[in-house]
Amino acid sequence: MKKVLPVLVLAAIGILLILTVAEMPAFGDSNAPAHRGVMEKYLRDSAIDTGAINTIAAIILDYRAYDTLGEATVLFVAVLAVTATLYGGEHHA
Amino acid sequence: MGVSIMHDLILEIVNRLLLPFIQLFGMYILIHGHLSPGGGFSGGAVIGASLILYSLTFRFAKVKHRMDHDTSVFFEAAGALIYVAVGFVGLLFGFNFLTNRGVFPLGVPGQLWSGGMILVITLALGAKVSGTILSLFQELLEGGSDEHGTP
Repeated sequence: MKKVLPVLVLAAIGILLILTVAEMPAFGDSNAPAHRGVMEKYLRDSAIDTGAINTIAAIILDYRAYDTLGEATVLFVAVLAVTATLYGGEHHA
Repeated sequence: MGVSIMHDLILEIVNRLLLPFIQLFGMYILIHGHLSPGGGFSGGAVIGASLILYSLTFRFAKVKHRMDHDTSVFFEAAGALIYVAVGFVGLLFGFNFLTNRGVFPLGVPGQLWSGGMILVITLALGAKVSGTILSLFQELLEGGSDEHGTP
Protein backbone atom coordinates (compact mmCIF):
# COMPACT_ATOMS: atom_id res chain seq x y z
CA MET A 1 0.00 0.00 0.00
CA LYS A 2 2.84 2.34 0.82
CA LYS A 3 4.40 1.74 -2.57
CA VAL A 4 1.40 2.92 -4.57
CA LEU A 5 2.10 6.63 -4.13
CA PRO A 6 5.76 6.59 -5.25
CA VAL A 7 4.84 4.51 -8.30
CA LEU A 8 2.08 6.96 -9.19
CA VAL A 9 4.37 9.96 -8.76
CA LEU A 10 7.10 8.31 -10.83
CA ALA A 11 4.60 7.41 -13.55
CA ALA A 12 3.33 10.98 -13.66
CA ILE A 13 6.87 12.35 -13.95
CA GLY A 14 7.67 9.78 -16.62
CA ILE A 15 4.61 10.69 -18.68
CA LEU A 16 5.52 14.37 -18.41
CA LEU A 17 9.08 13.67 -19.54
CA ILE A 18 7.94 11.50 -22.46
CA LEU A 19 5.50 14.20 -23.58
CA THR A 20 8.27 16.78 -23.35
CA VAL A 21 10.66 14.68 -25.40
CA ALA A 22 7.97 14.12 -28.02
CA GLU A 23 7.62 17.89 -28.39
CA MET A 24 11.32 18.47 -28.95
CA PRO A 25 12.51 19.55 -32.41
CA ALA A 26 14.14 16.93 -34.58
CA PHE A 27 17.88 16.40 -34.31
CA GLY A 28 19.72 18.84 -36.54
CA ASP A 29 16.61 20.84 -37.32
CA SER A 30 17.80 24.24 -38.52
CA ASN A 31 14.59 25.89 -37.31
CA ALA A 32 15.04 24.68 -33.75
CA PRO A 33 15.06 27.48 -31.17
CA ALA A 34 18.64 26.69 -30.27
CA HIS A 35 19.75 27.53 -33.82
CA ARG A 36 17.86 30.76 -34.29
CA GLY A 37 20.18 33.44 -33.04
CA VAL A 38 20.77 32.29 -29.49
CA MET A 39 24.38 31.40 -30.18
CA GLU A 40 25.01 34.71 -31.92
CA LYS A 41 23.47 36.59 -29.02
CA TYR A 42 25.59 34.77 -26.46
CA LEU A 43 28.80 35.31 -28.38
CA ARG A 44 28.01 38.96 -29.12
CA ASP A 45 26.48 40.16 -25.86
CA SER A 46 27.76 37.91 -23.08
CA ALA A 47 30.67 40.17 -22.07
CA ILE A 48 28.37 43.21 -21.91
CA ASP A 49 25.48 41.40 -20.22
CA THR A 50 27.49 39.60 -17.56
CA GLY A 51 30.95 41.14 -17.38
CA ALA A 52 32.58 37.72 -17.79
CA ILE A 53 34.81 37.04 -20.78
CA ASN A 54 34.41 33.28 -20.37
CA THR A 55 31.25 32.71 -22.37
CA ILE A 56 30.63 29.29 -20.84
CA ALA A 57 30.69 30.74 -17.33
CA ALA A 58 28.41 33.52 -18.54
CA ILE A 59 25.92 30.98 -19.89
CA ILE A 60 25.86 28.48 -17.03
CA LEU A 61 26.08 31.01 -14.19
CA ASP A 62 24.09 33.92 -15.57
CA TYR A 63 21.76 33.07 -18.46
CA ARG A 64 21.18 29.55 -17.15
CA ALA A 65 21.88 30.14 -13.47
CA TYR A 66 18.59 28.60 -12.46
CA ASP A 67 19.57 25.38 -14.21
CA THR A 68 22.90 25.33 -12.40
CA LEU A 69 21.05 25.78 -9.12
CA GLY A 70 19.23 22.57 -10.01
CA GLU A 71 22.54 20.82 -10.59
CA ALA A 72 23.77 22.00 -7.20
CA THR A 73 20.55 20.68 -5.69
CA VAL A 74 21.26 17.27 -7.24
CA LEU A 75 24.60 17.17 -5.41
CA PHE A 76 22.92 18.30 -2.20
CA VAL A 77 20.27 15.58 -2.44
CA ALA A 78 22.96 12.99 -3.16
CA VAL A 79 24.80 13.84 0.05
CA LEU A 80 21.50 13.95 1.91
CA ALA A 81 20.50 10.50 0.64
CA VAL A 82 23.84 8.90 1.51
CA THR A 83 23.78 10.47 4.97
CA ALA A 84 20.22 9.35 5.59
CA THR A 85 21.02 5.84 4.38
CA LEU A 86 24.19 5.37 6.38
CA TYR A 87 23.49 7.35 9.51
CA GLY A 88 19.73 7.48 9.51
CA GLY A 89 17.71 7.14 12.67
CA GLU A 90 18.14 5.11 15.81
CA HIS A 91 17.29 1.75 14.35
CA HIS A 92 20.15 1.28 11.94
CA ALA A 93 21.86 -2.03 12.60
CA MET B 1 38.67 2.21 15.17
CA GLY B 2 40.23 -1.12 14.63
CA VAL B 3 42.30 0.10 11.71
CA SER B 4 45.98 -0.52 12.03
CA ILE B 5 48.06 2.63 12.09
CA MET B 6 49.81 2.98 8.77
CA HIS B 7 52.91 5.01 8.15
CA ASP B 8 54.39 5.43 4.72
CA LEU B 9 57.19 7.94 4.79
CA ILE B 10 57.48 8.35 1.02
CA LEU B 11 53.76 8.87 0.62
CA GLU B 12 53.62 11.43 3.39
CA ILE B 13 56.63 13.44 2.22
CA VAL B 14 55.46 13.50 -1.41
CA ASN B 15 51.97 14.50 -0.33
CA ARG B 16 53.29 17.30 1.83
CA LEU B 17 55.13 18.62 -1.21
CA LEU B 18 52.27 18.17 -3.67
CA LEU B 19 49.19 19.16 -1.72
CA PRO B 20 49.80 22.93 -1.55
CA PHE B 21 50.26 23.10 -5.31
CA ILE B 22 47.18 21.00 -6.01
CA GLN B 23 45.06 23.17 -3.75
CA LEU B 24 46.55 26.37 -5.17
CA PHE B 25 45.72 25.18 -8.66
CA GLY B 26 42.18 24.38 -7.56
CA MET B 27 41.76 27.85 -6.10
CA TYR B 28 43.18 29.35 -9.30
CA ILE B 29 40.60 27.46 -11.34
CA LEU B 30 37.89 28.70 -8.98
CA ILE B 31 38.86 32.36 -8.82
CA HIS B 32 39.49 32.60 -12.57
CA GLY B 33 36.28 30.77 -13.43
CA HIS B 34 34.82 33.76 -15.27
CA LEU B 35 38.05 34.50 -17.14
CA SER B 36 39.44 31.18 -18.30
CA PRO B 37 38.22 27.59 -18.73
CA GLY B 38 37.20 26.16 -15.40
CA GLY B 39 34.69 27.25 -12.81
CA GLY B 40 32.94 26.01 -9.75
CA PHE B 41 32.53 22.36 -10.62
CA SER B 42 36.03 21.67 -11.91
CA GLY B 43 37.82 23.77 -9.30
CA GLY B 44 35.77 22.21 -6.53
CA ALA B 45 36.56 18.76 -7.89
CA VAL B 46 40.30 19.49 -7.81
CA ILE B 47 40.15 20.78 -4.23
CA GLY B 48 37.94 17.88 -3.15
CA ALA B 49 40.33 15.38 -4.73
CA SER B 50 43.25 16.96 -2.90
CA LEU B 51 41.38 16.65 0.39
CA ILE B 52 40.64 13.00 -0.37
CA LEU B 53 44.32 12.48 -1.08
CA TYR B 54 45.14 14.11 2.22
CA SER B 55 42.80 11.95 4.22
CA LEU B 56 43.90 8.80 2.39
CA THR B 57 47.49 9.52 3.31
CA PHE B 58 47.22 10.93 6.81
CA ARG B 59 43.93 9.51 8.00
CA PHE B 60 45.34 6.46 9.64
CA ALA B 61 48.40 8.21 10.98
CA LYS B 62 48.44 9.92 14.31
CA VAL B 63 47.84 13.24 12.63
CA LYS B 64 44.29 14.33 13.34
CA HIS B 65 42.68 14.94 9.99
CA ARG B 66 41.93 18.58 9.63
CA MET B 67 38.63 18.43 7.83
CA ASP B 68 36.21 16.12 9.56
CA HIS B 69 32.80 15.10 8.36
CA ASP B 70 30.91 17.93 10.02
CA THR B 71 33.14 20.51 8.36
CA SER B 72 32.71 19.07 4.89
CA VAL B 73 28.93 18.87 5.30
CA PHE B 74 29.01 22.46 6.56
CA PHE B 75 30.86 23.63 3.44
CA GLU B 76 28.46 21.66 1.29
CA ALA B 77 25.38 23.23 2.82
CA ALA B 78 26.89 26.71 3.02
CA GLY B 79 27.63 26.66 -0.70
CA ALA B 80 24.01 25.86 -1.51
CA LEU B 81 22.81 28.54 0.92
CA ILE B 82 25.05 31.22 -0.60
CA TYR B 83 23.84 30.31 -4.08
CA VAL B 84 20.18 30.71 -3.09
CA ALA B 85 20.96 33.90 -1.12
CA VAL B 86 22.63 35.42 -4.18
CA GLY B 87 19.48 34.57 -6.11
CA PHE B 88 17.30 36.36 -3.58
CA VAL B 89 19.43 39.51 -3.77
CA GLY B 90 18.01 39.97 -7.26
CA LEU B 91 14.47 39.76 -5.90
CA LEU B 92 15.36 42.31 -3.23
CA PHE B 93 16.30 44.88 -5.86
CA GLY B 94 13.13 44.26 -7.85
CA PHE B 95 14.52 42.02 -10.57
CA ASN B 96 14.08 38.34 -11.30
CA PHE B 97 15.54 35.52 -9.25
CA LEU B 98 19.30 35.24 -9.98
CA THR B 99 19.62 38.53 -11.86
CA ASN B 100 23.15 39.70 -12.48
CA ARG B 101 23.07 42.84 -14.61
CA GLY B 102 21.70 45.81 -12.69
CA VAL B 103 22.09 44.21 -9.27
CA PHE B 104 25.76 43.37 -8.96
CA PRO B 105 28.61 45.57 -10.19
CA LEU B 106 29.84 43.98 -13.39
CA GLY B 107 33.27 45.60 -13.51
CA VAL B 108 35.50 45.73 -16.55
CA PRO B 109 35.31 42.49 -18.56
CA GLY B 110 38.62 40.67 -18.47
CA GLN B 111 39.73 41.87 -15.06
CA LEU B 112 39.68 39.68 -11.98
CA TRP B 113 36.95 41.64 -10.19
CA SER B 114 34.34 41.40 -12.88
CA GLY B 115 31.32 39.31 -13.64
CA GLY B 116 29.22 40.38 -10.67
CA MET B 117 27.47 37.40 -9.16
CA ILE B 118 29.31 34.92 -11.38
CA LEU B 119 32.41 35.15 -9.17
CA VAL B 120 30.36 34.73 -5.99
CA ILE B 121 28.46 31.77 -7.36
CA THR B 122 31.67 30.17 -8.62
CA LEU B 123 33.21 30.34 -5.15
CA ALA B 124 30.02 28.99 -3.55
CA LEU B 125 29.87 26.16 -6.07
CA GLY B 126 33.52 25.35 -5.41
CA ALA B 127 32.91 25.06 -1.67
CA LYS B 128 29.82 23.01 -2.38
CA VAL B 129 31.38 20.57 -4.85
CA SER B 130 34.50 20.00 -2.76
CA GLY B 131 32.35 19.48 0.32
CA THR B 132 30.13 17.07 -1.58
CA ILE B 133 33.04 14.99 -2.85
CA LEU B 134 34.77 14.86 0.52
CA SER B 135 31.65 14.15 2.57
CA LEU B 136 30.54 11.36 0.22
CA PHE B 137 34.03 9.88 0.46
CA GLN B 138 34.04 10.07 4.25
CA GLU B 139 30.56 8.64 4.58
CA LEU B 140 31.22 5.73 2.25
CA LEU B 141 34.56 5.10 3.94
CA GLU B 142 33.14 5.04 7.42
CA GLY B 143 30.10 3.13 6.30
CA GLY B 144 27.67 4.22 8.96
CA SER B 145 29.74 4.07 12.09
CA ASP B 146 27.95 4.95 15.29
CA GLU B 147 29.84 8.14 15.93
CA HIS B 148 28.84 10.79 13.47
CA GLY B 149 31.77 11.08 11.13
CA THR B 150 34.52 10.32 13.56
CA PRO B 151 35.83 6.78 13.29
